[in-house]
Amino acid sequence: MFKQTTKTLRGIGHRFIDRIWRLGTAARFVWRILRRSSDNPLRLIGLTVREMYATGVLSLVIILVSALFVGMVLALQGYNTLQRYGSSEAAGVLVALSLVRELGPVVTALLFAGRAGTAITAEIGLMKTTEQLSAMEMMAVNPIARVIAPRFWAGVISMPLLAAMFSMVGVLGGYLVAVPLLGIDHGAFWSQMQTSVDFRADIVNGVIKSFVFGIACTIIALFEGYDAPPTAEGVSRATTRTVVNSSLAVLGLDFALTSFMISV
Amino acid sequence: MDRTTMDLWVGLFVAAGIAALIGLAMKVGNLTSDHLGDTYTVSAHFDDIGGLKPRAPIKSAGVVVGRVDSIQFDTKRYDAVVTLKIDKHYKFPRDTFASINTSGLLGEQYVTLEAGGDEEMLEENGKGKIDHTQPALVLEKLIGQFVSGKASEGDSGTSQNTTENTQ
Repeated sequence: MFKQTTKTLRGIGHRFIDRIWRLGTAARFVWRILRRSSDNPLRLIGLTVREMYATGVLSLVIILVSALFVGMVLALQGYNTLQRYGSSEAAGVLVALSLVRELGPVVTALLFAGRAGTAITAEIGLMKTTEQLSAMEMMAVNPIARVIAPRFWAGVISMPLLAAMFSMVGVLGGYLVAVPLLGIDHGAFWSQMQTSVDFRADIVNGVIKSFVFGIACTIIALFEGYDAPPTAEGVSRATTRTVVNSSLAVLGLDFALTSFMISV
Repeated sequence: MDRTTMDLWVGLFVAAGIAALIGLAMKVGNLTSDHLGDTYTVSAHFDDIGGLKPRAPIKSAGVVVGRVDSIQFDTKRYDAVVTLKIDKHYKFPRDTFASINTSGLLGEQYVTLEAGGDEEMLEENGKGKIDHTQPALVLEKLIGQFVSGKASEGDSGTSQNTTENTQ
């Protein structure tokens, strides 16, 4: 009985210490990325552009198609409820505000974690498993500067751009449903939207959010890959953890950021 | 993948992202409609501003002529001082009347200016002051008045009834 209790307690303590350990490693990992980024800025830009193709351009299809449908559904749902109160023209406001403030940054980050984050983790995990990272170190090439840093900057730059495109395409999707399909007046749709969406309070805050999500998602994806046990199972688990942890981090950070932004 | 085509795609991606941001700012947001040309400021005292907020529109005959710049509390007169930024194109007479209205039943509040008949115009050096103002209609107060009015009506009604009964 006593033995059993100590065993459980030891298990909990071990897990807890392990988490703290990983957190410290992750923090040091981020610090190394930032420090190594200034090593050779010109080469970093070239490598970042290549990685932006993989993280940004290749994520475009899923982001834009989802955005179109999210905007269309928002307009339909919003119209359905708003028309009961005789203010169906406000559907445009509803679509724009929910997209710019919340859904644009959050859904983009969730899709990004699933589309680009997993690819980053799997790629780096496999590089580690096949000892490509060690081989680089043998050739006096720093893997952080050569492999990790470009992916980090590519993710951080791509996310706000993707989120902006998501919001814009979502609004256009909402327009497509609201104006030709549901017969809301074209002018009222845009003018009500423009009077209630504020540039500083809504659009800039949305961009800040997506920027923070970009940093969080990319760091999680990179660290899980870099820290993955060098086995097939290790890489698969790391990839799963990337999606789970990124999603949780995005939703948690979203609450924290929103509470800051609303109170101001 | 050829390096140059990849660069092209990334360039297109970045350009599309920036275009989306500008589109959001211009088409969805209020960056364009918010832009006023040269303005002059005028202050007005209100007993109650209700839910008026900075950047609320100032309308005259329904046309937006400016925006609320700031709202402060005057510790001498114990009322609200609202600083109004009005477009330089629109001059208002000195006896202009300012009131706070609500768009729709529960919509946002805005300031309405009604021009008076004075020959002299409001000063544009920032010292201009609107003397005639009407406070915001606060819905709770209105309901309160209505309810108390009904209650007093009801009182008189019952008293009438009682007198009828006694008769």
